[in-house]
Amino acid sequence: MSDPVISIRGLRKSYGDFEAVRGIDLEVRAGEVFAFLGPNGAGKTTTVEILEGYRKRSGGEVEVLGEDPQRGDRAWHERIGVVLQSCRLDPYLTVRESLGLYAGYYRAPRPVDEVIELVGLAGKADVRASGLSGGQQRRLDVGMALVGDPELLFLDEPTTGFDPSARRQAWETIAGLRDLGKTVFLTTHYMDEAQRLADRVTIISRGEVVASGTPDDLGNRESLPTTISYRLGDEDVSVETTTPVADLHALTERAIAQGLELEGLEVTRPNLEDVYLSLTEKDTE
Amino acid sequence: MSGLALFVHQFRYDQKAFWRNPASVFFTVMFPVILLLIFATVFGGQTVDVRGGIKTTAYYVPAIITLAVISATMQSLAMSLVIAREDGRLKRGRGTPMPAWVFIAGRIGNSAVVALLMLALMAAIGRLLYGVAIPWEHLPEIVVTLLIGTAAFCCLGIALTAAIPSQDAAAPIVNALLLPLYFLSGVFIPDDQLPSGVIHFADLFPIRHFFEAFFDVYAPGSSGGLQWDNLAVVALWGVAGLLLAIRFFRWTPRGG
Repeated sequence: MSDPVISIRGLRKSYGDFEAVRGIDLEVRAGEVFAFLGPNGAGKTTTVEILEGYRKRSGGEVEVLGEDPQRGDRAWHERIGVVLQSCRLDPYLTVRESLGLYAGYYRAPRPVDEVIELVGLAGKADVRASGLSGGQQRRLDVGMALVGDPELLFLDEPTTGFDPSARRQAWETIAGLRDLGKTVFLTTHYMDEAQRLADRVTIISRGEVVASGTPDDLGNRESLPTTISYRLGDEDVSVETTTPVADLHALTERAIAQGLELEGLEVTRPNLEDVYLSLTEKDTE
Repeated sequence: MSGLALFVHQFRYDQKAFWRNPASVFFTVMFPVILLLIFATVFGGQTVDVRGGIKTTAYYVPAIITLAVISATMQSLAMSLVIAREDGRLKRGRGTPMPAWVFIAGRIGNSAVVALLMLALMAAIGRLLYGVAIPWEHLPEIVVTLLIGTAAFCCLGIALTAAIPSQDAAAPIVNALLLPLYFLSGVFIPDDQLPSGVIHFADLFPIRHFFEAFFDVYAPGSSGGLQWDNLAVVALWGVAGLLLAIRFFRWTPRGG
């Protein structure tokens, strides 16, 4: 088995008395899209900036591409691409020029035109960054992280503040990265984004991992109770059950026997959003 | 790429961005030209009581070149670096293999080229519109003085970014520092009209010394020799700026 691309053991980070990251363990394998999910202030950006080499950790062990990011040298930086949570690009350079500038920093960059195509800005190649929409600027930002042809790409909340169509376009770009064989470390506070893009998801809350797994089996969704709800007279009734088939059968049998129509009868399984909210609700008051 | 090739690469893009930015072109290039035209028009035909009396236009050409050099270096660097820092562009650049020095060197190279260009532009305007002779025989001294000033005021501009918390604060802080010193140092008001107490105060700062050093290699009737005492003060300020910059310069945004 190949070595993990990112490996974290017992990572801690304090700012004064405040402990932003409180002992995180995780591994990211080559070629996967890994989503790091959590509400604002959960410690996502702190963690990703430690992995990128911007911040020093207070404790624990971190390896990114086999090296300690705190000592990442030029050769190490050749292998990673970084998209920060917020960065305004140079408004006076065109798409092609911005990519050309960054391409020049790397030994073996990807051809600029290929990157323009990859991030879907072919029609905007000679437009200055100031003339791009927010979503297009973000895709240019991703392009600047890709132009060095890195093995590992960090995307910190790449779609925050986007309208639905810009998000969809950004998702297509990110999904395309997997096809290129890149490993992607994606932080987000949108469950649907993780569900759509990620092979594996880790949810953190208050600096600790609260759940980890594939989007489908995250947080033991299978074993969580199902909700049966209906309306009886003026009363809304809602029942949580782990045996929905038997309960539903009993309910409908009784209703038929008494000649009642159960208005608004609904059976709902918890979706990922519910799982996410129940795991992180302490943070979102 | 080698270090030099990286520097040239960075410098080329810095030049592009500089000339396309209307604010930098106006304040760095147009503003000194406008000042020279105003001063020469309003006070032209009079004489200034220095060196046994020279024409005001001959006084203002080296004075405004002094301002233009400081504007192209200290002012332009402080403003553009704070904007790039707060936009997150400096931080983003640190996430690439590009060595930090390349970024700074590109900006300094940009400032030096603009400073030399302003020297040529102002000298040409002085010659063509006001008949102020260009002292070609002192060209080496002029260039050496200008380069020492450029280096020192670049260091001071980079150091100053540490005292500027946000993009909005950049212009007020830079202007609050420089504008009064231009007045007190004899750049806007000829020295013969300034009380000696004012000149002594201005002597505490590098602008006055750079102006004197430049005036002495440019103005008519000057020795044309390098003013080592004044240049030494300018250089010392530059070294102080360099040390402060190394200690306090930040690559990451200060604001949220």
